[in-house]
Amino acid sequence: MNSALVVMWHRQVKEYLRNKQRLFVSLVQPILFLIAFGYGLGSSFSSSDGVGYIQYLLPGIIGMTLLMSSTMSGMSLIWDKKFGFLKETLVAPVSRTQLLFGRCLGGATTSLFQGILILFLGYFLGFRLNSWTMLPFVLVVMFVISLLFSLLGTLLATKFDDMHSFPSVMNLLMMPMMFLSSAFFSVENYPVVLQWIVKLNPFDYCVQLLRYTMSGIEANFFLDIFVIGFLIFLFGLLGTLAFKRIQA
Amino acid sequence: MMNNVIEVENLVKKFHDFEAVKGVSFSVGKGDIFAFLGPNGAGKSTSIKIMTTVLSPTEGKVKINHFDVVREENNVRSSIGVIFQDSTLDEDLTAYENLYYHSVLYKVPKEKRKKNIDELLSYVGLLERKNDFIRNFSGGMKRRVEIARGLLHDPKVLFLDEPTIGLDVQTRAFLWDYLKKVNKEKGITIFFTTHNMDEAEKIANQVAIIDNGKILMIGTPKEIKTNTNAKILEEAFLKLTGYDIRVENADPNDKMRRFRR
Repeated sequence: MNSALVVMWHRQVKEYLRNKQRLFVSLVQPILFLIAFGYGLGSSFSSSDGVGYIQYLLPGIIGMTLLMSSTMSGMSLIWDKKFGFLKETLVAPVSRTQLLFGRCLGGATTSLFQGILILFLGYFLGFRLNSWTMLPFVLVVMFVISLLFSLLGTLLATKFDDMHSFPSVMNLLMMPMMFLSSAFFSVENYPVVLQWIVKLNPFDYCVQLLRYTMSGIEANFFLDIFVIGFLIFLFGLLGTLAFKRIQA
Repeated sequence: MMNNVIEVENLVKKFHDFEAVKGVSFSVGKGDIFAFLGPNGAGKSTSIKIMTTVLSPTEGKVKINHFDVVREENNVRSSIGVIFQDSTLDEDLTAYENLYYHSVLYKVPKEKRKKNIDELLSYVGLLERKNDFIRNFSGGMKRRVEIARGLLHDPKVLFLDEPTIGLDVQTRAFLWDYLKKVNKEKGITIFFTTHNMDEAEKIANQVAIIDNGKILMIGTPKEIKTNTNAKILEEAFLKLTGYDIRVENADPNDKMRRFRR
């Protein structure tokens, strides 16, 4: 262990693995969604484009899992503000970029664990990867998406001091992101205005990329990569600036 | 002067329309034990936060170990150890883990980390508890871990903001004995704040009294007593700052932390 980046990453992952309760709680919601949509809606959906609903749904559920757990990983910053540890890291002679990215890579790693668990679970519900050779890409895509939303969550967390308002505001942000996307069903039948909103929703690009790598459902691969890459750069930059300005 | 490890020149800090520090100047020589005294809301913690790079100054110059706190902040950070008013330990980690992460953040060479941590933990009498979680520690034990952590990277200056608040007599006595030893043996300059005038009088060789964001008097405890015609430092302090009780609003984070402790 030789840099602030590794320290911050290590700490996030270690504390996550120690807290079994949190791991369990974080899996309940995606599993419920998977069952409700998979069994509830799945039976009434005929596979119009030749793929079963589970092939369509599981990437969306995994996207949702990554979105929720990564965004909520910003909460650890608020805990650290409250209980002082943030100050310990702020007076350390290390770059703010490393402090930010170490945290977020840690948050992304723990989200990736959850994504893998849901993928594993999906296998029992009949999901099959389009091609096993895609598995490494699927994992990379899951990690990159998690990093994106960890950065977003942490960036927003720099603006909050209160641990009650942060989760409620994050829910307020995540719900429309999930439902105004193609995570659970196709948006083809949405009114045109809503379809435009979906196009402005970064989460939709993540879901499309997941669906492309996991189920082989066609997507604009390069556009998705570009949008996600650009936002990681943007949130990383804004996050570093925000970290420089945190006055604990 | 070359021998000063802290130089503060005309420091001003404004929060919106409130001026917490209004043009403070002083210097601290190498190896001094310097007490920074003042009533609640006088500007002590704000000044310490600026000297330790947590806050940025509105105006003025602050140099720690000859480095500027704004332009050379990472050099300043490497030169100092800080013990804040409220604990900044990670409660969900063990004492050892807290110290280990600190040693990496402060670039203590890998081969020295374990040895230094064990050595410091044994000095503060917590070596047997090194694998216990901080959340199971009492306030006094946490303070001792924080002192060990603050010294882990061989700082030139140790800042302590009200280090003895809420500690029992034994821990307080231990803490000052240990800090005096460190000051003498390693030449580490000590800068602290306290509300306990007796403590300041006994420990410090230089004292500054600050109120309403301005320094009222600076000197050895003896000089301050002579100048104010007082028998003890507490009397001098009350003569200088008056007898009114101060009102200070805690920010929500501070309130929360006190609650937790």
